Amino acid sequence: MANYNVPSELRYSENHEWVRDMGGNRYRTGITDYAAQHIGDVTYVELPEVGSEVDKESVDCTIETVKSSEDIFNQIAGHIAVVNDALQETPEIINSDCYGDGWLYDIKADSDDDFTSLMTAEEYEKFLSEQEN
Amino acid sequence: MRYLPITDKERKEMLDRIGAKSVADLFSPLPKNVLLKKELDLPAAKSEMEIEKHMAELGTMNKGSEMLSFLGGGCYRHYSPAIIDQLLLRSEFYTAYTPYQPEVSQGTLQVIFEFQTMVSNLFKMDAANASMYDGATAAAEAVMMASKISKKGTKVLIASTMHPHYIQTVKTYIEFLVDKVDMLQMNASTGRIDDNELEKIDAETICVLFQYPNYFGVIEDLHKIAAKTKEAGTLLIPVVAEATSLGILATPGDLDADIAVGEGQALGIPLNFGGPGVGLFTVKEKHVRKMPGRLVGQTVDRNGNKCYVLTLAAREQHIKREKATSNICSNQGLMATAAAMYLATMGKSGLREVALMNLNRCEYLKKKVAEETNCKIAFSGHTYNEFTILVPGTGAETLKKLESFGILGGIPVAKYHPELENAIIVNTTEIHSYEELDRFVSALKKVTGGRS
Amino acid sequence: MSYPGMRDLKLKEETLFERSRQGRCGYSLPKEKLADASSFIPQELLRKELDLPELSEVDIARHYTRLSTYNFSIDLGFYPLGSCTMKYNPKINEKMARIPAFANLHPETPVEYSQGTLKLMYEMQKMLSEIGGFAATTLNPSAGAHGEYVGLGIIRSYFKKKGDTKRKKIIIPDSAHGTNPASCTLNGFDVVVLESNESGKVCVDCLKGMLNDEVAGIMLTNPNTLGVFESDIMEITKAVHDAGGLVYGDGANMNAILGIARPGDMGIDVLHYNLHKTFSTPHGGGGPGSGPVGVCEKLAEFLPDPHVVLKDGRFSFANSASSMGMIRSFYGNMAITLRAYVYILEYGKDYIADIAKNAVLNANYIKACLKDYYHLKYKSDTLHEVVFDDSEMPNHVTTMDIAKALIDRGYHPPTVYFPLIVHGAIMIEPTETESKETLDSFIEAMIDIFETAKTNPDNILKAPLNTAISRPDETIAARKPVLKYCPNAD
Repeated sequence: MANYNVPSELRYSENHEWVRDMGGNRYRTGITDYAAQHIGDVTYVELPEVGSEVDKESVDCTIETVKSSEDIFNQIAGHIAVVNDALQETPEIINSDCYGDGWLYDIKADSDDDFTSLMTAEEYEKFLSEQEN
Repeated sequence: MRYLPITDKERKEMLDRIGAKSVADLFSPLPKNVLLKKELDLPAAKSEMEIEKHMAELGTMNKGSEMLSFLGGGCYRHYSPAIIDQLLLRSEFYTAYTPYQPEVSQGTLQVIFEFQTMVSNLFKMDAANASMYDGATAAAEAVMMASKISKKGTKVLIASTMHPHYIQTVKTYIEFLVDKVDMLQMNASTGRIDDNELEKIDAETICVLFQYPNYFGVIEDLHKIAAKTKEAGTLLIPVVAEATSLGILATPGDLDADIAVGEGQALGIPLNFGGPGVGLFTVKEKHVRKMPGRLVGQTVDRNGNKCYVLTLAAREQHIKREKATSNICSNQGLMATAAAMYLATMGKSGLREVALMNLNRCEYLKKKVAEETNCKIAFSGHTYNEFTILVPGTGAETLKKLESFGILGGIPVAKYHPELENAIIVNTTEIHSYEELDRFVSALKKVTGGRS
Repeated sequence: MSYPGMRDLKLKEETLFERSRQGRCGYSLPKEKLADASSFIPQELLRKELDLPELSEVDIARHYTRLSTYNFSIDLGFYPLGSCTMKYNPKINEKMARIPAFANLHPETPVEYSQGTLKLMYEMQKMLSEIGGFAATTLNPSAGAHGEYVGLGIIRSYFKKKGDTKRKKIIIPDSAHGTNPASCTLNGFDVVVLESNESGKVCVDCLKGMLNDEVAGIMLTNPNTLGVFESDIMEITKAVHDAGGLVYGDGANMNAILGIARPGDMGIDVLHYNLHKTFSTPHGGGGPGSGPVGVCEKLAEFLPDPHVVLKDGRFSFANSASSMGMIRSFYGNMAITLRAYVYILEYGKDYIADIAKNAVLNANYIKACLKDYYHLKYKSDTLHEVVFDDSEMPNHVTTMDIAKALIDRGYHPPTVYFPLIVHGAIMIEPTETESKETLDSFIEAMIDIFETAKTNPDNILKAPLNTAISRPDETIAARKPVLKYCPNAD
């Protein structure tokens, strides 16, 4: 199985989104190394509007490559606190630094329920190895 | 049959290679009961000469193509320089496929890149696409795009002075997309959208869609509409159905339009009984990624050579599929090529000169009709190459009488606006000589009576 | 080596804007005394400057002639493009379309003076209805996708009139062309994807399981996008009808069954034709096309406005009783309709069935000759096109590489990466207008690519090597789009 980076402090979804607990019911999200490697060179990111209400599994963000348009399924219900504007100029950071500067947006949630229901790093790694086979 | 090169001998060799006994065997997956048992009920095959005779005969029934015509209304007869059709007949242009494989389509790609450039300059907008089907569908797609951009709007405002086909097409397309469609009514004396109607533009509005010059030939109060739209924070979508008018008229860019569309048939493309023409679609920079249709972009190849490719495909149906905002695939590529050739040939000074010829003829005709005949100029608004007259009888009667002079005098407005049964829309272009304009006036005088 | 390869005499050509010189002119207009625009129109309604190039007629001639030499075209060589039906474009069609009596006819001409064109349109409506097995046909849609929009609009109108508001879903096979689901969304339908079975066909039992009173219908292509005939078609359409739904047919692959069988006889209720595919009208570098739509009797009242009728020996326009409305200005791409009309007249009832017979023969021949070299996922019931893939290519050679390598050998690439259900799909549709020697040369080139992929993969991976430009950077083009000429940009 190919080697994918799966930071242990994050939580994960089956659609290859990661979520980081930023404290104070604030959560940051992005796509995982697996997704970043499979998606191809990112050409454009359509980010949600700051302040907008979002639900679990709602699509508020899409990542485009030359040949595809990928929906990002929001994992935390709440509202959008801030978006990563740097992606407008250099969307390719998602490919090179998906867990760091390639983050997508932060959500201010009402509780931590959505976060705790996501897969742990271990569970996600298991999920990935099942995917590959 | 001359388009079928396979000979009987070759057919047999190929069937042997395939391992089939006959061509009929190759159709074995089809249910037996649907295989046609007899020939289709079509005419017998015609040779090339018989086709020419047949078409010539049909052509004799199209007297309208020879009469002195003042028909406009969204389709305009302009002079197309001889070089255009000669170049358009180059089979490398017309038998070429969509430029999905850039290494073998740099011809088409560069032509369309130049088309995009010239159209966006004509409209003074930031970007243009590679074409839509026509002005009506371009308007519909513009409204659909606006409804995606506008977060809070619930209603679309459409000028009732727009081309009736465009209005109907837009309504068909946006039936589910918007909660409400409201019309901006005309002022009966100016022929423009009534000033009071602009009060309808508010924060609930998705976009304001209007045409200039409008269906009646009148140039709308551009800056007033633009100002009201900007004030309300909604999207401004001007529609230009007579592209040569932009040789002299203020542009959508001058109005700070968000999306601007139109019909490019007037750019040296034959009437063709209404199609194919070419839909024009332009946007502001910030809306580029929401635009429908194909886009050609400039890039470099792996050796650093400048070249062109179809780009931003992630917007299109083959990638977005059910999430696409438009389903457009084939566009009007060859007509875009023709329009580009026209703009290149006429150029900076030629397009302006053609537009002035149109304007001068229209003013001459308006004046003569008003001074010498019993007809009135219907509206006080400014015009370009088209205007509406009010005749003593019905428009239909007057036109019928003009036909006996070999003249197609114009479009009877009652066809689309039954309440305006005395109105006729008259168009003139650089195609008309001043003698022909005099002929029209003289016939109109005879038919409606001289000025009393 | 029998394939043409590539060698050229091409001159470099810049853009129009770089050719432009102040003071040049390419047009000829009569000298007239012209009053300035501001004499009639207030300054605020006039534009200030106009940024268009200034060129002589010689510039125009050289510019476009040189650009034309950078294009592949049917008249140059073979396009094995699956799903596009790139057949030869007959020249008599071009000549007839330019007859002034047709080209110079205004659409608002009173009908008594346009009987020639109206008669042509009326006959075309009838001929297409006969060809497809339909009761009525509209010529208005300007492309296949436009036809799909109309067809689904007709379905939507049908259920609306019935008062059946529950039917919001359309079933679409996963092999469908992207315009299919997009057209559904435009009509307010939800798309339900139906997975193809191991033969690449519609799984009839799966379909039956999906049918209920929320389904408005199904969109089918037959033969499907794999070139494979849906042999269960009668069962499929019956199942959909029994559940109260309608069947939409995507007629893009009509070239496989033209004159052999009729979609209307197979239970298709509404179908669009692509005149620029099946009926030989030119692709023009991306259009114009034309997508007439044929319908069964009960759907005729919903056709878009207007259509041509014949009454008391006179042709005129009429509107449909419960029309879905207008879908564009005027009556469609008439000059394209005319070209297809001439095409049908030339074949006539005598020869029209030979189109499909030769198209299907040619595709099966290519299949037989290449199946030992390229992987064929779906092996049976191939009609007019065949889908291989790159799954067994040596040395990581991909479909993209094969496509580019074909360019070096003198061919336009086949359709690649479509349909989506075949990974690395290479779809080949030869059409009936190609000779055996063209097919043999193409086959030889494909085999050469396979062998070269084994022995000298670099030649394939770096292709095309013989063209002026190679592998444009599509990523930069999408990240930082440059969509118009800017003088300072270079």
